Amino acid sequence: MKAICFYFQIHQPFRLKRYRFFDIGNDHYYYDDFANDDIVTRIAHHSYIPAAESLLRMIEESNGAFRCALSITGIALEQLEQYVPEFIDLLKKLADTGKVEFLAETYAHSLSSLADPEEFAAQVKMHDDKIFELFGQRPKVLRNTELIYCDELAPQILSMGYKGVITEGAKHILGWKSPNYVYAAATAPKLKLLLKNSKLSDDISFRFSNPDWDAYPLTADKYIDWIASTPAEEQIINLFMNLETFGELQNRDTGIFQFLEALPRFAKERGIDFWTPSEAVQKLKPVGELSVLHPISWADEARDTSAWLGNKLQQEAFAKLYSVAERVRLCDDRRLKQDWNYLQASDHFFYMATKRMADGAVHSHFSPYETPFQAFTNYMNVLADFIVRVEEQYPLSIENEELNSLLTTIRNQAREIETLNKEVDSMRKNIEHYNEEHLLREKVAAPAAEEKPAKAAKPRKAAAKKTKKA
Amino acid sequence: MFGWEFPPHILGGLGTASYGLTKGMWECGDMDITFVIPKPFGDEDKSFAHIIGASQVPVAWRDVSREYVEQRIGNLMDPDLYFRLRDHIYADFNYMHLNDLGCLEFSGRYPDNLLEEINNYSITAGVIARTLDFDVIHSHDWLTYPAGIHAKQVTGKPLVIHVHATDFDRSRGNVNPTVFGIEKDGMTHADHIITVSNLTRQTVIEKYGIDPAKVTTVHNAVTPLSEDLLNVQVTKPKEKVITFLGRITMQKGPEYFVEAAAKVLKNNHNARFVMAGSGDMMDKMIALAAERGIADRFHFPGFQKGKQVYEMLKASDVYVMPSVSEPFGISPLEAMQMGVPSIISKQSGCAEILDNVIKTDYWDIDAMADAINSIITYPAMYNQLREDGLDEVNRITWDKAGQKVIDIYNRVINP
Repeated sequence: MKAICFYFQIHQPFRLKRYRFFDIGNDHYYYDDFANDDIVTRIAHHSYIPAAESLLRMIEESNGAFRCALSITGIALEQLEQYVPEFIDLLKKLADTGKVEFLAETYAHSLSSLADPEEFAAQVKMHDDKIFELFGQRPKVLRNTELIYCDELAPQILSMGYKGVITEGAKHILGWKSPNYVYAAATAPKLKLLLKNSKLSDDISFRFSNPDWDAYPLTADKYIDWIASTPAEEQIINLFMNLETFGELQNRDTGIFQFLEALPRFAKERGIDFWTPSEAVQKLKPVGELSVLHPISWADEARDTSAWLGNKLQQEAFAKLYSVAERVRLCDDRRLKQDWNYLQASDHFFYMATKRMADGAVHSHFSPYETPFQAFTNYMNVLADFIVRVEEQYPLSIENEELNSLLTTIRNQAREIETLNKEVDSMRKNIEHYNEEHLLREKVAAPAAEEKPAKAAKPRKAAAKKTKKA
Repeated sequence: MFGWEFPPHILGGLGTASYGLTKGMWECGDMDITFVIPKPFGDEDKSFAHIIGASQVPVAWRDVSREYVEQRIGNLMDPDLYFRLRDHIYADFNYMHLNDLGCLEFSGRYPDNLLEEINNYSITAGVIARTLDFDVIHSHDWLTYPAGIHAKQVTGKPLVIHVHATDFDRSRGNVNPTVFGIEKDGMTHADHIITVSNLTRQTVIEKYGIDPAKVTTVHNAVTPLSEDLLNVQVTKPKEKVITFLGRITMQKGPEYFVEAAAKVLKNNHNARFVMAGSGDMMDKMIALAAERGIADRFHFPGFQKGKQVYEMLKASDVYVMPSVSEPFGISPLEAMQMGVPSIISKQSGCAEILDNVIKTDYWDIDAMADAINSIITYPAMYNQLREDGLDEVNRITWDKAGQKVIDIYNRVINP
């Protein structure tokens, strides 16, 4: 018995507008609405909508045998709600089939897991709430931004209540091992790892239409054959890719949609199932523990975090951004919090990469900037303005330590208030209890008193409260 | 090779480029190079090429003794060569203004009677071409095209011309018809044309109507700096220093630098701007800086030469070259060698080969101001550009350019 576990990623950052340094302190709107609208709408029409329609048909035609997972960042959802609401409706339809699982991830597609555990937890929570609000599901499996994962993260992820994590089957981590099994996290054995099968995933997303590839043209028949011919004990083939693969990276005329839709039929012929990630982590036992000392991801040749934090520019921007994390969390200005989310998107750092060759080409393909230096300058200008606004809320004159101690005081006080409230509650209950008994005694003493409505109301209320507690 | 300038006595980038290229070709081996310049001073580096000064080439017979020649020009030319050249005088130039050795006088600069000097240079080229044995003629820039053509007509050897700049770059479009005529003539007679950038190649093809197959780009390179230049000591002001270094002429776009400076200084007071060099637009720029109210932070130290250039670069935090049209532009590469992050205009030829610099349109003063501010405000930006820039520029060496030129020679010799 074998199964394919499909997961598709949807993410779009809020691209920044050209923001000059003389705008710092004067202009607090950072986004290129035109470009964002344009890109999101284009990709939705070329890719997201037809792909979602394909998935819907595949589920219907296979009578629910086809299943898959989607992971959509919060900031992508925001843009889709704004620019292509019809796609959100389609997603809801997919959710209603019960065959599509929505994964947890950071709301802002941020790198917070590498810098700030508190921020990471908050963002995943925020994203879960958004998914629940839109699709009525509570995610059980986590997909961290760009499949970033390392040992250090595992305990936190487990404690956040997730059963599994999706990450890259990086060669330097696996060595001779196969990605086609479920593994357990070395630092939190209860947490299961699903590893991307890079070869088979990239066959679809990068090589599908390449005529120089020796397997070209790729048909669904051949592809399922490859999967069927993996060793019998390898039970799960994890195919993780961007949903953009369909229709955007691989053009519609390459036949990518027909390829996708034909997969369930051939899979059925060869007795291959489709599982969602949570089914996979539920059904399969880990074959062993996997230790990942340094963070891995699915980006670039190196499969590490160098795509975002590889050079000095990126490290500087990243450090500056998270230097204000604590202060931002303290404040409750809605616009500030919104900008905080948008500025954390990993994409901004991706654009600053100075890599060359094949990796460089991928970076510049996605980048709205001509050079990484322009990307850095623009981002830092925006960030400078943002930090000015944060400082307006919490002046720099207060040292972080002082702020921390103030914070602790506030938190302690909050805790104290909480305990006091509890005390008040229990006292109130006592009083009510006492009143009730008193009333009952009165009732017995004077049954005629029931005619008075004011007095009658009280015991009913108290009774209602009591039943609730019970 | 015919050239006009040769280090250490140079007036612009032409001399540096001619020198670097010649040396690079010599490093590739199996080359015997003779470099003709109008007026040698005797302190030129002769380790890789024979230097012949046009001012020591006799064009009319003078009966002089070997001792006399030795004593007169021994430091500049081997007397044997003088006599060999004297045997190849091909016409009577006694009507011209000649000295006691029958030679013409050259300034070796860009005097008012430049056209006359170019013509004289071409006369001596005729004598040299008849005397020496060679396979290829290579002329650097329009000043030496007539000499190259003359040598080709005398010997029938292939002519390669090297376009370091065209008059379209120098004049922002208002071309001098005489210069254009000389340039066009050179290009037409050449067997092959080498341009220093694709930008220049395009100009040659489009404005001079040359067959694209005959034009090849060989980008310039840089000669590694000596240790003393790299380690010059300077005292830096406490503010960040942003430098413009070059001729203050229309071609170099100095006014955009002043305007960008005004934008930066409006928001960032931790900066000083320096416009080093001289030129016909200098007074106008001083007035413009005053008009923008930034004269207290905008400085004009004048023309810099030799070591001063490197001291100036060492003291700088940013180098800016806002050229409106720059065939190549060697100075940003020198700034990078000194570890100074550079901002260059997209209209410069060197933008074609550099990655670790910031490129803006010359007219986009907003982008330029933004880039300047970014480098002086964010240390990460400064360090990234500085270190990767150094690494990049050290890989741009003349021997690679030299090899490309040799390949072109082989093609014109055996077509």
